[in-house]
Amino acid sequence: MENIAEQVLAGNRYALSRVLTHIENDTSEGRAALKALFPHTGRAHLIGVTGAPGTGKSSLVNRLAYYYRHPPEGEPKRVAIVAVDPSSPFTGGAILGDRIRMRDLAGDRGIFIRSMASRGALGGLSRATAGVVAALDAAGFDVIFIETVGAGQAEVDIARLAHTTLVVEAPGLGDDVQAIKAGILEIADVLVVNKADRPGALSTLRALTEMLKLAHPSQEVIMHHGRRMTIPGAQAEQAAPVWIPPVVKTVAIENEGIDDLAAAIGKHRTYLRESGEWQVRDRVRLQSELEDMLRDALMQQWQRRVPSDTYKATLEDVFARRLAPYDAVAYLVNHRAPAR
Amino acid sequence: MTERKIRVLIAKPGLDGHDRGAKVVARALRDAGMEVIYTGLRQTPEMIAEAALQEDVDVVGLSILSGAHMALVPRVMELLRENGQEHVRVFIGGIIPDEDVPRLLEMGVYAVYGPGTLTDDIVEDIRKAILGAEAPAA
Repeated sequence: MENIAEQVLAGNRYALSRVLTHIENDTSEGRAALKALFPHTGRAHLIGVTGAPGTGKSSLVNRLAYYYRHPPEGEPKRVAIVAVDPSSPFTGGAILGDRIRMRDLAGDRGIFIRSMASRGALGGLSRATAGVVAALDAAGFDVIFIETVGAGQAEVDIARLAHTTLVVEAPGLGDDVQAIKAGILEIADVLVVNKADRPGALSTLRALTEMLKLAHPSQEVIMHHGRRMTIPGAQAEQAAPVWIPPVVKTVAIENEGIDDLAAAIGKHRTYLRESGEWQVRDRVRLQSELEDMLRDALMQQWQRRVPSDTYKATLEDVFARRLAPYDAVAYLVNHRAPAR
Repeated sequence: MTERKIRVLIAKPGLDGHDRGAKVVARALRDAGMEVIYTGLRQTPEMIAEAALQEDVDVVGLSILSGAHMALVPRVMELLRENGQEHVRVFIGGIIPDEDVPRLLEMGVYAVYGPGTLTDDIVEDIRKAILGAEAPAA
């Protein structure tokens, strides 16, 4: 087990798969592997894919991954896919069905697909997703797609993890008020209207485009002064280039619009690199991961320090309305002496 | 440490398109708290072995109603072994003639389930095979 991280770095696919399991189960082997792999992370382009259930996230990832494996020009990229599906809140079981849509990718050793259950996490990912992505990054995959649980409006964890976040919409899922609500649309770096051959695609496209114009008034100002900004970030003379999320139409099952979508992702990557935003996002991500781990560690430390009897007694005081929750927290946090 | 999760791949090799049984079993295993990776129809043995490798599953369940089990199953077993996954338990569901069952078990198949099998029995067998095998070591 000592050299499993080395096997991962050497390209052993089964070793990688074992490490991912250890990371997912938060074992000491998983932690040791992550420690050894950490210096090798930070190279992959992390692309998040989120959106409501049934909008076609898996089908889009299938097509995009295939595109990166068979690019019209340049070298094919090595692609990993992490697909998260929900765990049952009652039994903890899960059906992970994202591979059904990814059969075009079978038989290609430049592709690695891993399904994960959310295991009780609510943000659209699972607690171990960041670790799993880090291991795949260290294993040398150039592009890592992270497909979230079918997300509603508030599952925005993906934006902290990914460099580029695709938010996938489909026609007929709501009126234009849905487009101006806070939440998931705000995290989009690229908006995708999939199933664009369906009725209502045009109005969905219009609503999203309109929403983006309102969200980015700077674009209007730039136009006002006659300096047309066609590709945000591509012009070096712009002091602080602004990224205006493009809206891309696709029909994933017909393989339509995939080249446009790949182009939009490529532009965003260039923007991140040239604007310095790549480093900013990297730092934000590592900081938030560190804080999550710190929170867990402090919680465990506290649990070791405070006897469970004390905790139960305090809880009873709260149940009986003798103690307000805030006071209970203050008491428990400051509790030092062993019971009584 | 989170609890040990049993991961199961449910696959349909070969060309028959009847996946009701596979879905019923997948659902039953989900309700038993397992994580079930469902791959869909018309998988080749190569696709199944590759999925088992990438997903690091404990169990592979093959649903076969086409009669091609004596060709498909040995190939899947062989590929799992080649990949270093000889510990993975393989079970078969579907229409398997009685005389083929002993031959499949000889190949290393853990269990064969025909029509009328209770899903509870499948769940129990898998738990015994995976958690039972680990208990002495732990």
